[in-house]
Amino acid sequence: MNINLITCAEVETVEGTEGNFNVFINKAPRYIDPSRCTSCGDCAEVCPVTLPSEFDEGFADRKAIYKKYAQAIPGAFAIQKADKAPCRLACPAGLNVQGYVQMVGQGKYEEALKIIMNDLPLPSVLGRICPHECEKACRRCEVDEPVAIRDLKRLAADQFDPRDVKIDCLPSRQEKVAIIGSGPAGLSAAYHLARKGVLSTIFESAPKAGGMLRVGIPEHRLPSKVLDQDIEVITNLGVEIRTSTPIGPGLTVDDLFSQGYKAVYIAIGAHKGLSLGIPNEDTEGVRQGVDFLREVNLSGKADVGKKVVIIGGGNVAIDVARCAVRLGAEEVSIVYRRTRAEMPAWEEEIHAAEVEGLKITYLSAPQEILVRDGNVAGIRCIRMELGEPDASGRRRPVPIPGSEYDIETDQVIPAIGQRPDLSPVENVTDLSFSRWGTTEADSLTYATGREGIFAGGDVQTGPATAIEAIAAGREAAESIVRYIDGQDMAQGREIVPKENPDYRPIPKNEPVHARAQMPELPAEQRKSNFQEVELGYDDEAGRAEAARCLNCGYCCECFQCVEACGSKEAVSMITHMQQPETLELNVGSVILTPGFEAFDPSKFDSYNYATHPNVITSMEMERFLSASGPTLGHLVRPSDHKEPKKIAWFQCVGSRDMNRCDNPYCSSVCCMYAIKEAVIAKEHAGDDLDCAIFFMDMRTHGKDFERYYENAKTQGVRFVRTRVHSIDSVQGSDDLSVRYITESGELQTEIFDQIVLSVGLQIPPEIVEMANRLGVELTEGNFCKTKTFEPVETSRKGIFIAGAFQGPKDIPQSVVDASAAASSAGEILSSARNTLTKTKAPVPETNVINERPRIGVFVCKCGINIAGVVDVPSVAEYAKTLPYVDYVMDNLYTCSQDTQETMTQIIKEKNLNRVVVAACTPKTHEPLFQETLINAGLNKYLFEMCNIRNQDSWVHKNNPDLATKKAKDLVRMAVSKVALMEPLAEAELDVNQTAMVIGGGIAGMSAAKSLALQGYETHIIEQSGQLGGQALSLFHTVEGDDIQEKLVALTDEIEKDEKIHVHLDTKLTSVDGFVGNFKSTLSSNGKDELLEYGVAVLATGASPLKPSEYSYGKDSRIITSLELDKKFIDKDASLKDLESAVFIQCVGSREPERPYCSRVCCTHSIENALELKRLNPDMNIYILYRDIRTYGEREYLYKQAREEGVIFVRYSVDHKPEVVIEDDGRLFVTVTDHILGCPLKIETGLLTLASAIVPNKVDEVSQFFKVPLNDDGFFVEKHAKLGPSDFATDGVFLCGLAHYPKPIDESVVQGKAAASRAVTLLARKNIHTSGTVAQTNPAICSSCGVCVSICPYSAPSFIDAEARFFPGKAEINPVLCKGCGLCVASCRSGAIRLKGFDNDQILAQIFATAEAV
Amino acid sequence: MSKDIIGSVLVVGGGIAGMQSALDLANSGYYVHLLEKSSSIGGVMSQLDKTFPTNDCAM
Repeated sequence: MNINLITCAEVETVEGTEGNFNVFINKAPRYIDPSRCTSCGDCAEVCPVTLPSEFDEGFADRKAIYKKYAQAIPGAFAIQKADKAPCRLACPAGLNVQGYVQMVGQGKYEEALKIIMNDLPLPSVLGRICPHECEKACRRCEVDEPVAIRDLKRLAADQFDPRDVKIDCLPSRQEKVAIIGSGPAGLSAAYHLARKGVLSTIFESAPKAGGMLRVGIPEHRLPSKVLDQDIEVITNLGVEIRTSTPIGPGLTVDDLFSQGYKAVYIAIGAHKGLSLGIPNEDTEGVRQGVDFLREVNLSGKADVGKKVVIIGGGNVAIDVARCAVRLGAEEVSIVYRRTRAEMPAWEEEIHAAEVEGLKITYLSAPQEILVRDGNVAGIRCIRMELGEPDASGRRRPVPIPGSEYDIETDQVIPAIGQRPDLSPVENVTDLSFSRWGTTEADSLTYATGREGIFAGGDVQTGPATAIEAIAAGREAAESIVRYIDGQDMAQGREIVPKENPDYRPIPKNEPVHARAQMPELPAEQRKSNFQEVELGYDDEAGRAEAARCLNCGYCCECFQCVEACGSKEAVSMITHMQQPETLELNVGSVILTPGFEAFDPSKFDSYNYATHPNVITSMEMERFLSASGPTLGHLVRPSDHKEPKKIAWFQCVGSRDMNRCDNPYCSSVCCMYAIKEAVIAKEHAGDDLDCAIFFMDMRTHGKDFERYYENAKTQGVRFVRTRVHSIDSVQGSDDLSVRYITESGELQTEIFDQIVLSVGLQIPPEIVEMANRLGVELTEGNFCKTKTFEPVETSRKGIFIAGAFQGPKDIPQSVVDASAAASSAGEILSSARNTLTKTKAPVPETNVINERPRIGVFVCKCGINIAGVVDVPSVAEYAKTLPYVDYVMDNLYTCSQDTQETMTQIIKEKNLNRVVVAACTPKTHEPLFQETLINAGLNKYLFEMCNIRNQDSWVHKNNPDLATKKAKDLVRMAVSKVALMEPLAEAELDVNQTAMVIGGGIAGMSAAKSLALQGYETHIIEQSGQLGGQALSLFHTVEGDDIQEKLVALTDEIEKDEKIHVHLDTKLTSVDGFVGNFKSTLSSNGKDELLEYGVAVLATGASPLKPSEYSYGKDSRIITSLELDKKFIDKDASLKDLESAVFIQCVGSREPERPYCSRVCCTHSIENALELKRLNPDMNIYILYRDIRTYGEREYLYKQAREEGVIFVRYSVDHKPEVVIEDDGRLFVTVTDHILGCPLKIETGLLTLASAIVPNKVDEVSQFFKVPLNDDGFFVEKHAKLGPSDFATDGVFLCGLAHYPKPIDESVVQGKAAASRAVTLLARKNIHTSGTVAQTNPAICSSCGVCVSICPYSAPSFIDAEARFFPGKAEINPVLCKGCGLCVASCRSGAIRLKGFDNDQILAQIFATAEAV
Repeated sequence: MSKDIIGSVLVVGGGIAGMQSALDLANSGYYVHLLEKSSSIGGVMSQLDKTFPTNDCAM
């Protein structure tokens, strides 16, 4: 309720200061209304756009309308969109090409036509003759060839009759419009006007409608029947076409206005052929191409000569030529003055002409018609050559002097261009015409100089394409309607093209698929007839062709989802139009948790990740291992889905690497996740699976990680210490070969089935940019810069940080950070606590005790999720027959907001006192329905849910009858149980507003300081006489700051804080009570004091191990790390005189008796080695180690140490270094060098032992608070990942070394985190117990104590032996009880019951199963 | 430090860290705006199979 989730959003800027920021947020549209979405998935079912699922790392598919994964929160779907696809932008009419191509791909031809006909009335025509500029723009050209867009349009119209497509039109209006010309512009204007409710009359001079489509395009390209059908689509809308009705002296434009037409649209085209301008053009036998075509197209015939010469290079010339062939001309040739490359006719037309035997002479121009006996006898031509480019960009043809030649011919047909025949309109007042003979009109509105007259198409542009004319007609229609309505015609119509549009990237390995070939009438069958040449695709070829579309815009806006969603309207035409918005928020603080991205190994050529399918990343491996992954957890390799027998993991890919990438840091988590993947892989595939991990240093420095590593070794996971240089594919198989050098220096080759690259973590550029915008400083590794004592503070006050953006880290560390950041925000905002949070007004509860049950049953259909399998109405009918059921209802979505309101009403109206919901899982939905009960005034425990979806319809899809029967069984069981349910009470307890922190080290002080700053009285209990803990012995922070200085400042703050009460030399001697109400005795120097408090933070710390090996204690030159720090703190002058120093790592750590890594020692020794180098750069320093574990950006120190000459010698735990003090007092350390393989004897003046961190003995505290310790003596947290600072026991928290060894920054973070966790309790002021708790019946309790020992939450205890009633019997504290039922099952006397799961209730349910339906 | 302290916090990023911060703050008396770049929260952790060292399901 108090978390406002804003998805699809990013921070733009943050203004203001700590405590009061104004944040500007860019929110991208989701295109779905999440409040209406029920997550049923019907939309995705119909979405035609399949894309690789990012969630499954591209190994599974999702749709453009999607939910990231089944359990995603919010559960609402989202639509992915990019900018409008380039094909759509290239189309003059802006046709949604991607949309209809996708529909064709689905075989949904009617839907495809609907999309086409939204912009275009002539789908069959344009599917044949459109010049398809869209195909030039198609990004598929970058892969192979463009998608055959036009041919797919035709397929749609071939497969579904456009006349049967329902065209939505607004109601008809009174006003009429006159259109002159029934070509594409006029028809389009009429169509779009009709859709807007304005009917028109088209005046056509020719005997048939269609304009140039009719008279200009021959039958073999556009059958007249096809044109007739498309025109019928328009006339079916009520448009009248008056053919053979020319506009001219008999019927003028002004007459049209007089007849009542409100507007006139001039769309008379360009039908007048241009003459050649050479002698004898008027001779018999010379004919204009357009005139020739008009006659052929209207009458089916025309006179042709024997030898026909056509002049020109456009589509008209080709059309004429191809007609002449069909009409029986013996020889047909085309003369064109430039070359084929410049020819304006389409390539496919030229090709077809050539196939049909036409001769084309290039670089030749006519000079004179040769006449014999008054008839054409020939044509004189001159050869041309190409000169400089002209205005059109084509090279200008220049005659070659003296190259004249004659061609014998009896018919010459010039087809060099057309212009409008303006005679019908030339006398209209206020119309103006250009010098090219076109009508002038506004380029946006198509309005002419005369009010009410519009013009478009060829008459306005000169000869152009049909699609351009159609676009113009649509725009004119818009203008005309606005004109009639008296609106501004131009407003909002300017389209600004987007620079750098954003499209779906072309997939890297997009396979090449050849474009589908258009089937054609064989050339030999084309003569002497006008049969259509192009035959169109069949369904199969068309769908395959459509599948080549790359879906540049992601969502194709086919709006199938809108239809599927239906009345829910979660996705609608309105949501589809959502636009990005900017939000402004006023907040007191900002916490940055932007996360990381996995390193992309594509750029490492040597690993072949980009090219070999069986080289995968660790993230991809996670998906293959996951039961919800692309293979449902079945372990197979990608190339052939074979079960692998050998898998290798390569560590440090994109980490600890300056040469091949810029990530010099250690990513901290990869060693562990690789081991985990190997172990899980073996679990999935069986022990035979060979798993090998190739690594440099094994970094298992987290809690219980070292044990996991050791266990993995015993389970047979191989660990190979080497860095593999390259991966090669094995010829003839999908296997992979790796070559590497073993530790002993041998070259080895191994074949693996599959290789997993353990990729590192990095901060993506967009997060770096965000940090820059916000003014937050970064480290050299692009992580957020923080300081040891302020580990969650960014460089900008009031902005905090958590998670991997602070440095590569694992989940628990991120969770600790997160709580700490919350604490930091709370510290500055505590004065405004509870000022903006919302609480709900309580609804009075109806008393139902002693009432007869009146049960309401609500059966959910869950869209088709349940109703698609289970017969929901029959389940509902059945429920009505069950005892005590008073009311039954079935709902489409029981969980929807409106159903909750209905349910509340019904419960009140029908006076129901028990409710059953048969729907999905109570895990996600029970709280929602219980809330509804509360709103209706019912106790929320008078409720039962049964899962007829996950446990029924989903698993019995193929057996609907049995599924329905099972649903009835489940409902009957729920009804039987709910009838016996009783209202349960939730006790309310006050929370004592005081906190107690045990331990005054860094972690404890950090927790106390944070609690106090957040307004809570806090007591620190410290055993010793001084605050500071282990930090008192530490020298410098990683950044080189003086720890003692910082410590003094912190101690000072603590001691001065009025809210903090420090109890030094004090021990806890007793703890009573429970969360919110603890009582303890504090003993100090023999004096006892009682302290009452609500929460406790355990920060009991740890100490350095006193080594028992390496001659420690026998010589003052042999010291521990902390003792060396002491020397630095004391500025020991002898240090700089040392000639050599040796450090031995893992002293007492990672040993059988202490099988954990102490985490801090590697970094600590390296820091100290560097400090010694600072004191004396000539000192020889040796660090003897097992694995260097400088995780995260601590790696830089390791690198620096190597650069400064610190020598690192690895030893194995089986061959530990030996320390010898010779008789002359000289100190030697001998170690077997892992590279040379021979012993190295080092004389040293100082031997520092990096000794283990051992937890302080806290058995007593552990028992007091009933919190467990692990085998190593560290506290066991509530959850290793998600509850690292909590205990399973409520009200008790932990931090610092008592949890696990950690450096100062992590101790500070966890101290603050523990405070945050504690504040979540304190802030509530009171707590509610659950109603579902166990209760003892002391009368039959046998005091055996099993319940006391078995309860994980310490809820049962014995009643005091001195008590008046039932002494020594068990009782259960409802505050601590979690309702798990362990005690109930364990009680041998049957003395414990679990409320809400009472025996009679469970048994009633069980007995109900046995009843037959 | 500003004079008018606002009792709400913006958390940028809906992964495990962001969710934990948001929950702690909301339960401590602050109104939280939890911002997420993608369409749902959960971050990388939701993609993981099991988590070490307990082999618990990440989901």
